[in-house]
Amino acid sequence: MLEIKNLHATVGGKEILKGVNLTINDGEIHALMGTNGAGKSTLSNVIVGNPAYEVTEGSITFDGQDLLAMSADERANAGIFMSFQMPVEIPGVSMTNFMKAAVNARRKARGEEPMKAAEFIKLMKEKRQLVEIDQKLMSRSVNEGFSGGEKKRNEIFQMAMLEPTFCILDETDSGLDVDALRIVATGFNKLRTEKTSAMVITHYQRLLDYIKPDIVHVLIDGKIVMTGGPDLAQKIEDEGFDWIKNNA
Amino acid sequence: MAEKNEYVRQVAEQKYEHGFTTDVYTDIIPVGLTEDVVRLISQKKGEPEWMLEFRLKAFRYWQTLKQPTWAHVNVPEIDYQAISYYADPMAKKKNANLTEDGKIDPELEKTFDKLGIPLEERLALSGVAVDAIMDSVSVKTTYKDKLKEMGIIFMSIGEAIKEHPDLIKEYLGSVVPYRDNFFAALNSAVFSDGSFVYIPKGVRCPMELSSYFRINAAGTGQFERTLIIADDDSYVSYLEGCTAPMRDENQLHAAIVEIIVKDRAEVKYSTVQNWYPGDENGKGGVLNLVTKRGDLRGESSKLSWTQVETGSAITWKYPSCVLRGDNSVAEFYSVAVTNNYQEADTGTKMIHMGRNTKSTIISKGISAGHSQNSYRGLVRATSKAHGARNYSSCDSLLLGSQCGAHTFPYMDIRNNTAVVEHEATTSKISEAQLLYCNQRGISTEDAVGLIVNGYAKEVLQKLPMEFAVEAQKLLSVSLEGSVG
Amino acid sequence: MTQYIELYNEILPLLQKQSHPVLNAQREETMALFAQQGFPDKSVERYRYTDVAASFAPNYGLSLAPLTIKDVPYVYAIKDAPIDVSPYYNKVNRPNPSLPLREEVDSLTLLNTALAHDAVVIYVPKGEKAKQPIRIENTLNGEQDTMVVRRVLIIMEELAEATIFFVDHANGGSSYLTSQVIEVVAKDGAQLDMYEMEETTEKCHRYSNLYIQVGRNANIRHNGVTLSNGVTRNGIDVYLQGECSEVTLNGAVIADRKQHVDVNTLIDHQVPQCVSNELYKYVADDQAVGAFAGRILVREGAQQTISHETNNNMCASEEARIYTQPMLEIYADDVKCAHGSTVGVMDEAALFYMQQRGIPLEEARTLLKNAFISQVIDEMKWESFRDRLHILVDKRLSKEERCGSCKICK
Repeated sequence: MLEIKNLHATVGGKEILKGVNLTINDGEIHALMGTNGAGKSTLSNVIVGNPAYEVTEGSITFDGQDLLAMSADERANAGIFMSFQMPVEIPGVSMTNFMKAAVNARRKARGEEPMKAAEFIKLMKEKRQLVEIDQKLMSRSVNEGFSGGEKKRNEIFQMAMLEPTFCILDETDSGLDVDALRIVATGFNKLRTEKTSAMVITHYQRLLDYIKPDIVHVLIDGKIVMTGGPDLAQKIEDEGFDWIKNNA
Repeated sequence: MAEKNEYVRQVAEQKYEHGFTTDVYTDIIPVGLTEDVVRLISQKKGEPEWMLEFRLKAFRYWQTLKQPTWAHVNVPEIDYQAISYYADPMAKKKNANLTEDGKIDPELEKTFDKLGIPLEERLALSGVAVDAIMDSVSVKTTYKDKLKEMGIIFMSIGEAIKEHPDLIKEYLGSVVPYRDNFFAALNSAVFSDGSFVYIPKGVRCPMELSSYFRINAAGTGQFERTLIIADDDSYVSYLEGCTAPMRDENQLHAAIVEIIVKDRAEVKYSTVQNWYPGDENGKGGVLNLVTKRGDLRGESSKLSWTQVETGSAITWKYPSCVLRGDNSVAEFYSVAVTNNYQEADTGTKMIHMGRNTKSTIISKGISAGHSQNSYRGLVRATSKAHGARNYSSCDSLLLGSQCGAHTFPYMDIRNNTAVVEHEATTSKISEAQLLYCNQRGISTEDAVGLIVNGYAKEVLQKLPMEFAVEAQKLLSVSLEGSVG
Repeated sequence: MTQYIELYNEILPLLQKQSHPVLNAQREETMALFAQQGFPDKSVERYRYTDVAASFAPNYGLSLAPLTIKDVPYVYAIKDAPIDVSPYYNKVNRPNPSLPLREEVDSLTLLNTALAHDAVVIYVPKGEKAKQPIRIENTLNGEQDTMVVRRVLIIMEELAEATIFFVDHANGGSSYLTSQVIEVVAKDGAQLDMYEMEETTEKCHRYSNLYIQVGRNANIRHNGVTLSNGVTRNGIDVYLQGECSEVTLNGAVIADRKQHVDVNTLIDHQVPQCVSNELYKYVADDQAVGAFAGRILVREGAQQTISHETNNNMCASEEARIYTQPMLEIYADDVKCAHGSTVGVMDEAALFYMQQRGIPLEEARTLLKNAFISQVIDEMKWESFRDRLHILVDKRLSKEERCGSCKICK
């Protein structure tokens, strides 16, 4: 369970989040919508612990642990995964080495032995097929020379490898065509367990057709100003945000 | 190959356009440099005692030094005792150059007209204030009164010593101390004139300030000294142009330019240097040995050096920036053209000391004939310069098989948050490019001009409009017909 | 400096008795020149980043033990050399062997020549191809602080081919000062793939000068790796004297604690149509100092030269220092030359991305350093060395104990 209380955060000295309250229970999918610059990406970056963002007030707990006291990798190993809006390229670090390091870091955090090479290769193959990602990409450097769709698919592949319990999909649909969107979304759905919860950040209903939210929030000017059911997303797509702004 | 050599020969026969002399009466003091000469210069200029002390200190220090040899140029043996250190075309003796009603000698005025430098305000290009310096003395500063209304001081440094002693005492030698190097010490001892600019707080200087230097008298040296102070939140663009007549012997030019940039102020300093380069056999020409440095003292201050160097037998100059203030930004844009037997060793130093300081270096060298053209630069990030950034790009273009193009960058990085990038290329104009132009009906000469100007465009664009046109013309003139 | 002149005078009779006449023939002149020049101080351009006098100041015992050369094909002590080496010895260390020994010859090379008591000769005859890599191991041993004077002459006859590997190890806690000079003659069509790796201790000082004269159509590759050391200054001078030859210099430096690594290269294009490539990468952490100066000289008439020089550095701590100085000196017009050098920081976005995937920061940093250095290693041709080096670098960066018993180092 993720619990965010009165969260204030700044980036580069500018306050972006101005008191966010949000609780996401196990198994729930929450959609987060909002205008550009409302603070959606800031919220997700703060949750995963990007050091560029500073929390000035409030708390975040995850399964009872104080997230703000943890480093980004500790949070990841606690089960938090973010599919980045723009995954970074890491020249020279091969996907295989990268995943091996990540998988073994998680096992170490759980007090397990590093995975045997043969077992690891088997796991890679299995997950690769699950998200329909080309093997060729695995021999390249992380995200280097990947197309936009390949990068997003690679994010879901990594999610498959790391089996998180809470996922943030930060505009995973941006820049994807319909087919790629379907593959990524169905990949995500296949990976979901009863316990998996998620926060889906998007501008469009399109993604939510595949990944059905239980609850939809609207973030405007650093605060959640409205919360509702799945139909809220459709209404926003049809009517925009102005009516919410006027209400608020 | 034979054709190429033919072209090289033709280039060598290019004439120096500004190589005329002016027939005016000039007061030249006897050759040689002694303590007495330093005293005489100070006395002729009617300087206060403290200024004389400044000069004498520098002179005594200079006597302990040897001329440095590290640059990639062959400076001929300079006999410092064979040079006259003061020449005054304005001297009010018989045949004085000022007419009875205080006007400038028409001969002198014609000289500057020939150079395209308007002395009289009515002839002035709109928006350019000019301080014209012939030999050692500032001839006339135009627009002075207009600027005065805004609190801007623009006058010769000789006048400033008398009228604004406090500013001079505080800033002169504070960026380039006389102990800095051999030529700095020499200049500090014997400097004759130069420009002084002070822009008060919050003032944007509405026009380009310009000084025009010309060495006219034979056997003299020119040692001008420029001091620019941009106070908080001010802005100024300053232009400097140089020419000299054709003379067989070398003429020495050892100048100092000091610039102080305070909080959020911005200074642009542009130079088009076209001193006489010597003849096709490398005889004569100006030895241009200059120390230029800006001190970015203020936070978020900005200094930009732009230079087009086409003249001088020998050029040895490194307009530099000390990025002391946090978030300060420095730029260096340079085109250096060498032809015949010219030698240029030029570049910059970027010393990053403040946090988040940024510098950019764009250098374009073009060598033809038997010339040698070197870029030499230093980028240093001190341990306090967190987040320092530098990008340097140094390209060389070779137009002939007997010239040289060299790149000597030094990078000293003492900070793990600094990002420094340097790249350099050397190339020639390709046959394919020339053929392509020829096929479209463009003569080889024009094609070279076209390609060279395109090559230098990044730098030329940084020059103020009036200068850019002149610089473009200069580039074509100094390179006409150098590739076949 | 006087201590070395005194030492020389003291051991001269012994040297003259023990050593090969070819070595003895060069002593007097080189010592006289060295005495004139002394140790290079920081005003000597090529030594501006390393304090030579400080390295040579302590009292070392000079090792005069004759070389032990096991039965390795093509490798000889000078006394057993299959050819007369006098036309080469102490002649390769200048732009052209016909030039006199002028004052410009590096003064540490002069000192090495004056004190050399023995020399290794590697001779590969015309058209022969060394099947196995030739391995020369230098292990610094012993209780005493020792100075080692090492001298190597490599002669690759026409069309000869070889891979030659030098590795420096050090044992124990003594201080060692190594003075090394390697002279290489690669004649027309020769192919040489040369490796030098240093894995010594912080108490080791190494001053090496490598000179390579290259004939026509030859292909020379030099791969230098410094993994651990104290103070190292490696000079490499390549003289391209025959047309259509190609030279490649690769270098990888990993320096932390107080390591000091200074590489100074010269590639001298004397003739047309040669190609040179340089790639050096440094990772400097803690208080380490990394310096690189590479000069590409294209002489008049050396048309159609192609030259690329790259030096990339990663400054990984606040106190590490990087000095880089890529130089082009070009006197011919029909050339393609470029150099680039960078000093950079670790990519913060990449570090965060890896952390988000659960990789601890330190490990993420190691991965990035490893990826950075790997790009040079992948340029190396000898496959088993490359594979081994990947592992060594991995261990080195994860601060594990250094190796000592692998197939390659043994």
